Amino acid sequence: MNKILIIIRKEWSEVFLNRMVLMTVIFMPLLFSALPLIILFSTRNTGSADYTSDMPAQFAQICPEGLSGGECFQVYMVNQFMILFMMLPLIIPVNIAAYSIVGEKTQRSLEPLLASPITTAELLIGKNLAAVIPAVLATWVGFLIYAIGVRILTSNPLVVGALLDSMWLLAIFIAGPLMAVLSVNFSLMVSSRVNDPRVAEQLSTVVIVPLLALFFGQIAGLIFVNKTIILIMIAVLLILDAGAVYLCIQFFQRETILTRWK
Amino acid sequence: MIITENLTKKFAENIAVNRLTLEVKKGEVFGFLGPNGAGKTTTVRLLTCLISPTSGNAYVNGLNIKTQAHQIRQNVGILTETPGLYENLSAARNLEIFAQLYEVKDVKGQIERYLRMLGIWDQREDPAATFSKGMKQKLALARALIHEPKIVFLDEPTSALDPEAAHLVREFITELRQEGRTIFLCTHNLDEADRLCNRIALFKSQLLTTDTPANLRETLFGRKVVVHLREVTPNLVQSLQTMAEIKNIKIVDNKLVITLDNPEKTNPIVIRTLVNLGADIQFVGELRHSLEDVYMQLMNQHSST
Repeated sequence: MNKILIIIRKEWSEVFLNRMVLMTVIFMPLLFSALPLIILFSTRNTGSADYTSDMPAQFAQICPEGLSGGECFQVYMVNQFMILFMMLPLIIPVNIAAYSIVGEKTQRSLEPLLASPITTAELLIGKNLAAVIPAVLATWVGFLIYAIGVRILTSNPLVVGALLDSMWLLAIFIAGPLMAVLSVNFSLMVSSRVNDPRVAEQLSTVVIVPLLALFFGQIAGLIFVNKTIILIMIAVLLILDAGAVYLCIQFFQRETILTRWK
Repeated sequence: MIITENLTKKFAENIAVNRLTLEVKKGEVFGFLGPNGAGKTTTVRLLTCLISPTSGNAYVNGLNIKTQAHQIRQNVGILTETPGLYENLSAARNLEIFAQLYEVKDVKGQIERYLRMLGIWDQREDPAATFSKGMKQKLALARALIHEPKIVFLDEPTSALDPEAAHLVREFITELRQEGRTIFLCTHNLDEADRLCNRIALFKSQLLTTDTPANLRETLFGRKVVVHLREVTPNLVQSLQTMAEIKNIKIVDNKLVITLDNPEKTNPIVIRTLVNLGADIQFVGELRHSLEDVYMQLMNQHSST
């Protein structure tokens, strides 16, 4: 069997025995899907009321033609939460990946593993994918639940189209996995250098900060997320991912991990 | 099977392994003895390609540790100082992961073979976390052997085990020796080394000596015979001292401790002489120095130099 697959299966059989990790993978997407749907539901009767004064001017201007002020407000509010939705592929894998190396070290299981005929690349790719795949799948499943909910809760196809437009599809299906890769590699780098899984988890959450900044920037009206920003984000993420993978391999020094960790 | 040539490993200014040159032969149980911090684990890590040497070289099963690390890892088994099991996974799953990594053909068969051999087949579905120290060590041993390596490195296999578990592990090592595997055994337990090893090396950052336990005893202490008498009289001692074969005689209570080169040849003469002199011999036996005596003597010599 492919050694990368062996590592993925090993990680999953260990990680998903941990209820906290399992809860993160299941509960977070459900929560993040529910929040925008609750908003949609609670604002379903806004009708033609004019809420444009409550929205940033840029958004009010590009609100799809044919939508009432209330429907435009619905789209605006849900868009705020879509950025939170994008945090899923950052948050979910942190627990898995941060535990990945430090957990092995604290169990003293890393030495026999490194003594086996597995290359550093196979080991790290396996650990990467073991954390990225559940995060991406959970995000996509969450998004699917959200999309179905949107279809059920809104009667206007224009609202459905605005909420499921290409910008968010790019964000969820392209930027999401790229963010997961960044998050996992950052976590692996951190966990290669610290001894305590809790420290690794806490340090790894730093990777969420830029997205939080984007979220609050949009709420404050300082930044307005549009397709161009998402495309730039994707380009930047591609570069960051390449750098993170490179650094992750550089940081993972078999000898250092075995001889200096106490 | 294992050849090291001036193998050296430095960590910053600290020399953990200094110009180690030795050869371990095929099918041999080679004991690697030394105090804590002597560099034994570092040596095992060098030979299993977990770390790279600062200088020198080594060959394991004819493979170069510098250039053929991957092949060496495929061909050796290692029992690390701590079992290092996946505690939440079952015994069988722990073995399955490693059997797959080592590309074992009959994964299920091998798992069953070793779990039965080590007496933990009935606990195969139990998480390793529920195992006693002895059971964990057995499971780790099974993991080290699941791919049937010709060379096995065992780092303190019985440390922290109760006497019963330690005995079982030792019995298992004896079985491995009978199968003709080469075993590199790091241990603190001198009695264990004495019983299991064909040859031993005393090591403290550098190699102090290598030989069979019997030869080391003889080199350091010579061979001694103890003769228990009803009564030791001066004329008995004087008569024995005239014999050329006898190197030294000590009197301890009613015992004569006689140092000689070849007891098999000289003992009958000594006993005949004593009987002719009217001595009442109660017991005769060889005084066997423990490996601990050998170890302490060599370590003290090393410290004083």
